[in-house]
Amino acid sequence: MKSYLQLENGVIFEGNAFGKIEDTVGEVVFNTGMTGYQELMTDPSYYGQIVTMTYPLIGNYGINLEDDQSDSPKIKGLIVREKCDYPNNFRCELDLDGYLKYNNIMGLEGIDTRALTKVIRETGTLKGLMTHRRLPQSKLMDILNEYDNSDAVRKVGTKESYTIKGSGKHIAVIDFGIKNNILESFKNKGLKITVFPSNASADEVIGVNPNGIFLSNGPGDPKDYPDIIENVKIMIDKKPTIGICLGHQLIALALGGDTGKLAFGHRGCNHPVKDIKKDIVYITSQNHGYVVNKVPQDMEVTHISLNDKTIEGLRHITKPILTVQFHPEASPGPDDAHGVFDEFMELL
Amino acid sequence: MPKLNDIKKVLVVGSGPIVIGQAAEFDYSGAQACQGLMEEGVQVVLINSNPATIMTDKEMAHKVYIEPINTETIEKIIRLEKPDSILPGMGGQTGLNITLELHDKGILEKYNVKVIGTSIDSIKKGEDRELFKRLMEEINQPVIESKTIATIKEALVYAEEIGYPVVVRPAYTLGGSGGGIAEDTNELIEIASKGLHLSRVGQVLIEKSIKGWKEIEYEVMRDAKGNCITVCNMENIDPVGIHTGDSIVVAPSQTLSDKEYQMLRKASLDIIRAIEIKGGCNVQLALHPKSFEYAVIEINPRVSRSSALASKATGYPIAKVAAKIALGFSLDEIENAVTKKTFACFEPSLDYVVVKIPKWPFDKFYGADRKLGTKMMATGEVMAIGNNLESALLKGIRSLELKQYSLDHKGVKKYSLHELKEKVMYPNDERLFYLAEMLRRGYRVQKLSEETGMDEFFINKIKFIVEEEEKLKLTKVENLTSDRLKGLKQKGFSDKGIADLIGVTPNEIYELRKMWGINTVYKMVDTCAGEFEAMSPYYYSTYDNEDEVAVSNRDKIMVIGSGPIRIGQGIEFDYCSVHCVKALRNLGLETIIVNNNPETVSTDFNVSDKLYFEPLTEEDTYNIIEKEKPKGVILQFGGQTAIKLAKFFDEKNVTILGTSPKDIDAAEDREKFEELLEELDIKRPKGKGIWTLEEGLDIARELSYPILVRPSYVLGGQGMEICHDDSELKYYLSDAFSKDKKNPILVDKYLDGREIEVDAICDGEEVLIPGIMEHLERAGVHSGDSISIYPPQNVPQNIKDTILRYTKLIAIKLNVKGMINIQFIEYKGDLYIIEVNPRSSRTVPYISKVTGVPIIEVATRVMLGEKLRDLPYGVGIYQETNLISVKVPVFSTEKLPKVEASLGPEMRSTGEVLGVSDTLLGAMYKGLIAAGMDLSHRKRKILVTLRPKDKEEFKDIAIKMNDMGYDFLATQNTAKYLKSIGIEVEVVKKIGEGTPNILDTIRTGKIDMVFNSPTKGNDSKRDGFMIRRTAIESSVELMTSLDKARAIVDILYSNIQGKDLRLYEISQYDKA
Repeated sequence: MKSYLQLENGVIFEGNAFGKIEDTVGEVVFNTGMTGYQELMTDPSYYGQIVTMTYPLIGNYGINLEDDQSDSPKIKGLIVREKCDYPNNFRCELDLDGYLKYNNIMGLEGIDTRALTKVIRETGTLKGLMTHRRLPQSKLMDILNEYDNSDAVRKVGTKESYTIKGSGKHIAVIDFGIKNNILESFKNKGLKITVFPSNASADEVIGVNPNGIFLSNGPGDPKDYPDIIENVKIMIDKKPTIGICLGHQLIALALGGDTGKLAFGHRGCNHPVKDIKKDIVYITSQNHGYVVNKVPQDMEVTHISLNDKTIEGLRHITKPILTVQFHPEASPGPDDAHGVFDEFMELL
Repeated sequence: MPKLNDIKKVLVVGSGPIVIGQAAEFDYSGAQACQGLMEEGVQVVLINSNPATIMTDKEMAHKVYIEPINTETIEKIIRLEKPDSILPGMGGQTGLNITLELHDKGILEKYNVKVIGTSIDSIKKGEDRELFKRLMEEINQPVIESKTIATIKEALVYAEEIGYPVVVRPAYTLGGSGGGIAEDTNELIEIASKGLHLSRVGQVLIEKSIKGWKEIEYEVMRDAKGNCITVCNMENIDPVGIHTGDSIVVAPSQTLSDKEYQMLRKASLDIIRAIEIKGGCNVQLALHPKSFEYAVIEINPRVSRSSALASKATGYPIAKVAAKIALGFSLDEIENAVTKKTFACFEPSLDYVVVKIPKWPFDKFYGADRKLGTKMMATGEVMAIGNNLESALLKGIRSLELKQYSLDHKGVKKYSLHELKEKVMYPNDERLFYLAEMLRRGYRVQKLSEETGMDEFFINKIKFIVEEEEKLKLTKVENLTSDRLKGLKQKGFSDKGIADLIGVTPNEIYELRKMWGINTVYKMVDTCAGEFEAMSPYYYSTYDNEDEVAVSNRDKIMVIGSGPIRIGQGIEFDYCSVHCVKALRNLGLETIIVNNNPETVSTDFNVSDKLYFEPLTEEDTYNIIEKEKPKGVILQFGGQTAIKLAKFFDEKNVTILGTSPKDIDAAEDREKFEELLEELDIKRPKGKGIWTLEEGLDIARELSYPILVRPSYVLGGQGMEICHDDSELKYYLSDAFSKDKKNPILVDKYLDGREIEVDAICDGEEVLIPGIMEHLERAGVHSGDSISIYPPQNVPQNIKDTILRYTKLIAIKLNVKGMINIQFIEYKGDLYIIEVNPRSSRTVPYISKVTGVPIIEVATRVMLGEKLRDLPYGVGIYQETNLISVKVPVFSTEKLPKVEASLGPEMRSTGEVLGVSDTLLGAMYKGLIAAGMDLSHRKRKILVTLRPKDKEEFKDIAIKMNDMGYDFLATQNTAKYLKSIGIEVEVVKKIGEGTPNILDTIRTGKIDMVFNSPTKGNDSKRDGFMIRRTAIESSVELMTSLDKARAIVDILYSNIQGKDLRLYEISQYDKA
C-alpha cells in the first residue's frame, strides 16, 4: 500500500508499506550498518525510533530466533529502500515482513533512503510519522508534538529483578533496556549476575553486595532520568561501577559532567574509536543520539571518536569507575573492542 | 607515528606486462602508490617493463625505468639511483616474487635497501603454503586439509588419504594458473604434472575440495601500530570452485547475517595481525552454506585485483593508503580523501550494491575450452553500481558488450533442459544465461541452487528479472504504464532491453520515459553511506527521487572510456582516456569521464572532475549527456567501444569532437574506403567479397596464392587467415560458409611484405607523425602481436616520404581531427595500405613515451580547434630518436586451453613490454627478456617442424643454431632437410606414428625450444596445433614466425649480455 513518511520539517517521502500498516510516530534516525538489522530492531536503545537503514537491501538473510537482543523488536518503524521477499540463510526462520506484521511494527520500502539520510544529516534527527494517508502539516505537528519518549527506559527494561547464576564474581546490572549480548558477555566471564529494574533503589542494589555495578545501555535522553542519576550518585560511591552507552552518560551526569544531543547521532557498525592510552583504534558498533560533552572533574577521557572527536570512554581518576559510549558487545557489528570487558573485570 | 624519516628514496616495482591474472589493476594501484609517496615528499624510482601504463609516465615518479623486471636490472637501478627502500606490494605477484628474489640473493642487503610495507618474513608467511598453514594452526584459524607435495606419487598418496575430488594449486603462480580440480587419479596426474612444472619452486598443494561453499573475500588493512580495518567484503555469486577472477562478485556480501559477517571479518583481521601485514591484504574464505563452519582459502599480502575492485566499490583508495602505511603513517593519521574530514581508519559503509562480472576472451577464441574452474581465464572485468541487485546485474551485463541488454539470450534457446542443466553444473562463461533460461522454463529455484551452489537469494533475483522479461514479451507498448516502466527502470532494465522484449524501438521507450518524466538521477559513492558530507565526484545512476549531481556552468567535455579489457582493446586505451582528461583539465575545461572498468586509472575519481561509473551503451551515456550538456564528447580514445556510439550521438545532435561520424564510417566501411583510396590513387592489396566456394577458387586463381581470407562482418582480425593453396582455401571457406551464409567472405591478395604502422595526428590541414613503426614480422601477423621497432631500421627515405604523403592524403580526405592509425605494407618497393582506424590505437602510449611527443595532448588540443603548426611538435614526421625502442607483445595463451598459439592475423596477445637501447639487438634483447624469454647463453635442444615452403628460409637460422652447438630434433621430413644442409638431427615420431611421439618428447621437459611453422591454424585436430599447445602448456619456448626466430637466433648468436646493456631513464629517450 502506498504510504508516507512525513517529517516535522515538512519533507515527505513516499513508499510502500509493509509489516503492520498502522500510523506510527517516532524519532527518525539512520543506521549505516550493512548487516545486523535484526539485532538493532531488537536493541531496546532504539525504543521510540523510526530507523532508516542506509544499506538498500534489508531482510536478505531473514530473521532467526537466536540473534534477538531482547524479547521483541523495539523500534517504532523501519524504513528501507528494498525489503527482501525471498530471504535465504541456513538459520532463516521468518521473513522481515511477517516478523514486523506479527510485532505490530510498520515498515516502508521504496524510499530514497539516501535522500532521507541526507535530510537527517543536514537538519539533525527529526520526528516523523509513518502513515498510509497523508496529513496536512498542522495535523501532523499536533501528532508529532504529542510524541514523548521520556520514560522509555522504564518501558523496555526489566520490571522485576532476577539472578543469573555464575561461579565468578557478582555483578549487579541495572537494566535500562540491556542488550542480550552484554549479558552474554558477562556470562562468558563466569559472573554471577543480578539484574535490577531501572527504578531499583541504590540500597536495593547495594543490598545484594555485588562486587560491582553495571549500568546498561538504553533509550532516550539521560537528562530525562533525574531519579536514576540521583541513585547512581549513591551507588558509584559504594561500588566499582561500569557503564555502556546510556550507562556511561548517566555516570557522567552523576559525577557532574554534562550531556547533549548529537545532530544526527552515531548509529552503525563502522565507528572508529581511539583508545588513547593504548594508541590503537577499534572499529566499534555504536548507537547513541546523546553524548557526554563535558567531562566530570575527576574523570579522564579514555576513548574518543576518530570521526568527530566526541567522548567515547571515561575513567575516574581515583575511583573504580569505567564507562564507554560505544558497544563493546557488538551484535551487530565488530567486536574489536571486546577487551573493554576485561578491563571491567579488573575493576570488580 | 610520524613518517619514518630514514625513508627518502623508494624503489617501486610495477607488475610488468598485462597477462591474464595480472592486468590493469596494478597500473591503478601502482600509480596511486607513486602519488601517495610523492605527496609525502619522498623520491620515487619506478621500474616497470610495461609502457602502456600511466605509472610509467615521466611525471608519475622522479625516475622511471621501463626495463625488464629482473634482479640483474633492478640491481643496476639500485646501484645507479641508490634508493634506501623498496616497496614490493604494488606490483602484484611479480613485485612480490622479484623482491623475494632480490632478498634471497642478498642484493637488498648488499646495497642496504630496506623493504617497506609488509616485510619479507610476513610475505613469506602469507605466500608459502606450509608456513601459512602452520601459522593458521597456531592462531586457530581453520584451513582446508591440504599438503604440499613435490612429486606426483606423493600427490596420489595424499589424495587417497583425503578422498577425491581434490584441488591442485601450484605455489607462487598468478591467477591460479596450472591449478584445477581433479575428480580421479587420471585427472590428478594431468593437473599435478602441469602445476609442478609451472610452480617457481616446483611444489603444488593438494587440498580437500570444498566445492559449493560460499566464497567470501575481505579486503583488509593494517598499519605498523596494529590498527586493523576491513575496507570491504565481497561475496562470489559463483561458489568455491570457480576462480574469484572468473566469478561474478557482489559487494558487500548479501547472504551473510551479521554473525557470519563478523566471524569472517574477525578471522581476516586475526590473520593479518598474525602475519603482521603493513598495508593492504586480501583474505579469501570459504563458508559452509549450512553452518558456521569456515576455512581460510588463501591470502594475498599485497594489493590485488580484488583490492582495486574494493577501492572502486567503496571509494577507499587502498593502494594509496598502503603506500602511506609503508612510510610509517598509521591509519588514524591518514586523511580520508573522500570526506576530507574523517580518517583512513574507518570502515566504508556502502548504500548501494556493486556487481563485478568478468570479461572473457571467448568471443575471440571460439575454439577455446570455456569451462571455468580454479584457473582464471578472464582478461578483464566490468563493475556496475545500483541500489538494488537486479539493476547492478543488468547494468553489468550490458557493460560487457555482448550485445545482451537483458537475460534473454537467443543463443541458449536451442538447448534442451537436460543440456542446460549440464551447462550450469559445469559452468562456462555463459552460465548466467543458461541459468536464466532454466528459470524461464520453470526450473525450480531450490533445485537450481543445489545444482550450482549459488545461493537461492541470487537465483531469486535472477528469477525476478526473467519473470519481468516474460511479462514484457506479452505486453503491448500501449499497455505499458508509467508506474510499471518506472519500476522496471528502477530494477535496471534498459530501454533497449524493454524495447526488444516488447517489439518496439528503444527510442519509443525513451520517448515514453520523457513523457512520463522518468529520468535517471545520480547518487554519489562517498565511503560513508551519506553520513558525512563528501567531496568525491564519483556517481552512479538510479531512478530515485533526489539527484546529487550539481551541474556547473563551466564548459565541459565528456570522455568515453574503453570498458573492460579484452584482447585487442587493452590498457592502452585507458592510458589514452586518462591523458585526454589531463590535457582537457590543463586547458581549463571541466572533464567528465564515463567508464565501467574497475581496474583502471581512468575510473580513479581523482582523474577527472566527474566520474560516472556507468555502462557504455547509447542509453546510459546519453542520460549523462542530457544531464551535463557537455560542449562536446570525445570518442577517439575509447577504442571500438566509444567509436560504436558515434552514429547514435550524431543522430541525437550530440557534438562529437574530432573526426565526424560520417568520416569514421567512411574509413570503417570497406566499400566506401576502397572508393576513397581509388580516388586518391593509393594502392591496397587486390581483393573481393565472395559468396561461394567456386567464386573463391576463381578469385584465388586471379590473385594468385597466398591470399588473405576473412569474414566481412568482424573486426580486429577475427577469423582471418592466410591460405596458400586451393585445399586450404576450400577448408576455410566450407567452414566459414557453414557458420554464416548471410555475409560474404573477403578475399585479398596476401602481400608477403614489410609491415609499417603510423599513429598520426591531423588538424584537417596538416599531419604530424610522431613516429613510424616497423614490424619485425612480415605482414600476416596481427599488428598487435608483432614486435614493433621504432625508429624503423629498414625503411628507406622515399618510402617514409610516401608514408607521410599517403597519411596526409587519407587523413585530410577523411577530415580527420585528431588521431588516425594507418597500417601499410611495403612490398617490392611499393607501398600498400591495409588498414585505417580513425581513432587512437594501442601503439599510442608506446610511441608517446619513446618519442617524447605527448600524442594524446596534441590530438586533444587539435580536436578543440588548435593547429599543429601552433603547437611545439610541428608537422610532418617528427625527428627520430637515436635510441631504438622495441615493443614486444606478451601472450597469456598458456592460461587458455585449446587456443591456437601461433602468430597469425588474429590478435592473441594480452600485453606488451618495451626494450630500449642504442642498438637494435640490445633493444630486442631487453624486450624479449622483459617478455619472459630465456636468452641465456647455453646449449639448447630445439625441436623443428617446418612446412615445405619455409625450409629454405630457415636454413640460415638453422646453421647459426648449429654453430652454437644446439641439438636438433625434427620430424621425418624436416629432419631430412636439415641433414641435407649438414645438420645432425634426431628424428622424432609424428603424432600418428606411435610412441614416444613428438608430443611426448616435448612433455619430457628436455626440449628448450620448439619451432613450428604453422600450416593452417585454428583446427585443434591438426598435428601442428597440438604441437604448439603442448609446447605452451609445457612452458617450452615456442616460435612460429621465421622473422621472430631469426631475430632471436641473431641475439643468441651475437653473445649479447644483459649486464653490458645500459639502462635508460624515460627522460633520456629523446636526448640520448
